[in-house]
Amino acid sequence: MQLTVWTYEGPPHVGAMRIATAMRHVHYVLHAPQGDTYADLLFTMIERRGKRPPVTYTTFQARDLGKDTAELFQTAARDAYARFAPQAMLVGASCTAELIQDDPAGLAEAMRLPCPVVALELPSYQRKENWGASETFYQLVRKLGAPAKAGAQNNERTACDPALLPSQEHERPTANILGPTALGFRHRDDVIEITRLLDRIGVGVGVVAPLGASPADLARLGEADFNICLYPEIADTTCRWLERQFGQKTVRTVPIGHAATRDFIAEVAAVAGIDAPVLDEGNLSWWSRSVDSTYLTGKRVFIFGDATHAIAAARVARDELGFEVVGLGCYNREFARDLRDAAKRYGVEPFVTDDYLEVEAAIQALQPELVLGTQMERHIAKRLRIPCAVISAPVHVQDFPARYSPQMGFEGANVLFDTWVHPLVMGLEEHLLTMFRDDFEFSDASGASHLGHSSHLPGTGRGTVGEADGGGAVTDDAATGLPLHQPAAGSPPRSGEVQRGWTPDAERELLKIPFFVRGKARRNTERFAAERELAAITLDTLYEAKAHYAR
Amino acid sequence: MLRERGQREVFCGLTGIIWLHRKIQDAFFLVVGSRTCAHLLQSAAGVMVFAEPRFGTAIIEERDLAGMADCNEELDRVVDRLLTRRPDIKLLFLVGSCPSEVIKLDLSRAAARLSLKHAGATRILNYSGSGIETTFTEGEDACLAALVPDLVADASDTPSLMIVGALPDVVEDQFLRLFAELGIATVHSLPARRSGAMPPVGPNTRFLLAQPFLGETARALEDRGAVRLDALFPFGAEGTTSWLHAAATAFGIDEMHFRRTVAPGRERAKRAIAHSAERLAGKRITFLPDSQLEVPLARFLATELGMTPVEVGTPYLHRRHLAQELALLPAETLIAEGQDVDRQLDRVRAARPDLTVCGLGLANPLEAEGLTTKWAIELVFSPIHGFDQAGDLAELFARPLRRRDVLHFPSVVASCS
Repeated sequence: MQLTVWTYEGPPHVGAMRIATAMRHVHYVLHAPQGDTYADLLFTMIERRGKRPPVTYTTFQARDLGKDTAELFQTAARDAYARFAPQAMLVGASCTAELIQDDPAGLAEAMRLPCPVVALELPSYQRKENWGASETFYQLVRKLGAPAKAGAQNNERTACDPALLPSQEHERPTANILGPTALGFRHRDDVIEITRLLDRIGVGVGVVAPLGASPADLARLGEADFNICLYPEIADTTCRWLERQFGQKTVRTVPIGHAATRDFIAEVAAVAGIDAPVLDEGNLSWWSRSVDSTYLTGKRVFIFGDATHAIAAARVARDELGFEVVGLGCYNREFARDLRDAAKRYGVEPFVTDDYLEVEAAIQALQPELVLGTQMERHIAKRLRIPCAVISAPVHVQDFPARYSPQMGFEGANVLFDTWVHPLVMGLEEHLLTMFRDDFEFSDASGASHLGHSSHLPGTGRGTVGEADGGGAVTDDAATGLPLHQPAAGSPPRSGEVQRGWTPDAERELLKIPFFVRGKARRNTERFAAERELAAITLDTLYEAKAHYAR
Repeated sequence: MLRERGQREVFCGLTGIIWLHRKIQDAFFLVVGSRTCAHLLQSAAGVMVFAEPRFGTAIIEERDLAGMADCNEELDRVVDRLLTRRPDIKLLFLVGSCPSEVIKLDLSRAAARLSLKHAGATRILNYSGSGIETTFTEGEDACLAALVPDLVADASDTPSLMIVGALPDVVEDQFLRLFAELGIATVHSLPARRSGAMPPVGPNTRFLLAQPFLGETARALEDRGAVRLDALFPFGAEGTTSWLHAAATAFGIDEMHFRRTVAPGRERAKRAIAHSAERLAGKRITFLPDSQLEVPLARFLATELGMTPVEVGTPYLHRRHLAQELALLPAETLIAEGQDVDRQLDRVRAARPDLTVCGLGLANPLEAEGLTTKWAIELVFSPIHGFDQAGDLAELFARPLRRRDVLHFPSVVASCS
């Protein structure tokens, strides 16, 4: 048993729902008790979808267990087919139904439904959401994407419906864009951005899947010249299968960041066998070189998310914004190897865990100046009063913005610059805060002016600061209970408190340091004092430590 | 009266943890379940609050199921770790889930065993919030029912009053002030805000249910000799008056004194309700089954705001506790117990009520079809009981209609991405 407060990923059947909900004309019959229907709200509330996810839950109850839950499943599947008439049906079990072993696959097969049925085996007690999404997409493509022929890589590409594609599509190389799902972090906008980019360099798009695809579209996957694995967590397994099945090559560069987008274009051009124009667009590179950005230099950043987004963010952070990567981690162990390789490049310890409490402890210990993470890290950072921007699922409702806001391509790079720089205190403001600490309007209670009212700090000295997208709906209520995870002995206490050992004048001086660097100053000073076994921390100790740790 | 059995679109009883863990300030709720349970709690809570929680999930893993690990030993280990880190916890609930029920993990034995082990520091109780046994608010019922056998026996000769149901602190304080003004000397709340302050119970206990979903808790209290006072539930001016009056009668309070005491609050409630009455009067409303609050709320809207309930769906109908409520609903109201969500939505589309009260999974899809909705869960998470919340309660229903009226988009075509 594992003690968990918050989880980064849901169970694997939620991953399957992300595929079913992303697609058209698919219906998922899920053998599950009534509470499992909560998953609908992920899509209707967090993502604001205007349609219910295409999922029928059998919602068996305790009183059904002694009787025939299998019949309940068949009734639900029959009714769902009659009502929704899908082109293909997914059947499977949630964690509880897995335990009662009704065999949805066998039951569905026995029913001889008049559409293809894909039976999902998603082991709920071993696997998680991303794996479930990947497996579901793979099984759908295997079942529906393969009019399997030997030497299929030579098959003709005339089967495209000419009504759907402009005529030049027959001359241009085409690629499938694979991986975007429902509830994905900015998948909607990434697909638009990458489709435009491909069009600019002369590559047509065959099928985008699973987002927006129907089962009939999956049958056309083999017609494209190559595949773009846009989200490896979802599409890697499927791309590998398509390589084997149709001899299609896979573009694997994930175009997050300016340089990665240029690499992506180069890889696409190489795979497509075309000369791609050298594009050097977007504002990120100039914005970052402009003198106002000097203050970004060496900002210490902690990065955590799914492996793909975390690794991409690390490159942008170091090479395109001039930050120092002090921590790099991911929650999906399936991609741990990629993350470890990346961590080596940045000279940091790789951090692979799905335990929120461990991530919190790591951030607390590293004291970064910026956290790039998920919804979980947003809350950790808020409690620790560290600026934060969200770079990866899982995300909150406010990370599904109304505006166009991709992470990928040149426009995505612009978005990254704005989103990551916004939570930081601006250059000259930082100096003024340091110089005129005693100005009554610079008190901690006022917070940083550019963050508006949401940055007001409560009396305890803890509160909201540097939240990239504002956090109206979220309340920080940390004061009402001790954290589940007590910091290990010897680790520093939380910000806002002054430890014993400080002389009153040193303590007053510490409070003159702006809140966004005070935590670091206090930790450094205390470590400095501890290492030298100093009994008291005086004004001199504070400045000795400052000189010692000066970079 | 319609009884349906089909797909349900409701939360399971674990969801109650989201308000219960704030109500009892030194209690911790440990769900023994799957990743789905943990994900449910954070998804249901994540829409509304995100604080340092006093709940968590002990996630059952493959090795527990395969017999490689002993579930009871694992649970003891998790509880030890938890209580070491949270020594402030005085009451720990082990909360059963669908998986723990199906594998027949005996949490009552585990609670007894662990209570001995942690005797003097932490009391450990258990209940089931599993979706195969409980629907949404039935989780609170199961939790409170689990508290009852533990309550101290009340041997005193004078009658005392118990308010049963987790109310927001501000509402509870209002009721306590009113009862004090009425002259009822001893009034307790179940649950109390701290585990050490749970009320005593005995044959002289008279109790008022503050919520309509507390059937098991009421039965457990009756087993301890307590007597339920039958009344309308305290929603709106009339409901609150009836509820207070039941207590006043049982405690022999003079009728004139009762009227004088409740008059100011009752008048305030009526004035506050009037703000929304114009917008709500004559409007048709359908409740989809969610919190079991549906019947008393429909009564409030029908009798005090002039709304017409079309269909009142409820996951479970406690006929005895709701008898007075049901009698006040217009005769033509369709009462539906249980659910077959697709058929029920067909009826909503056919009836096209002005307002549909439904769960979070259904609200946006119905809005996209042009049907105005009210999230049912807000009714569970907002202070809505009593005189001084009656206006807020009416406003919760009026606001979606007002919003529909204030927004102007040329020929809105709902986007159903």
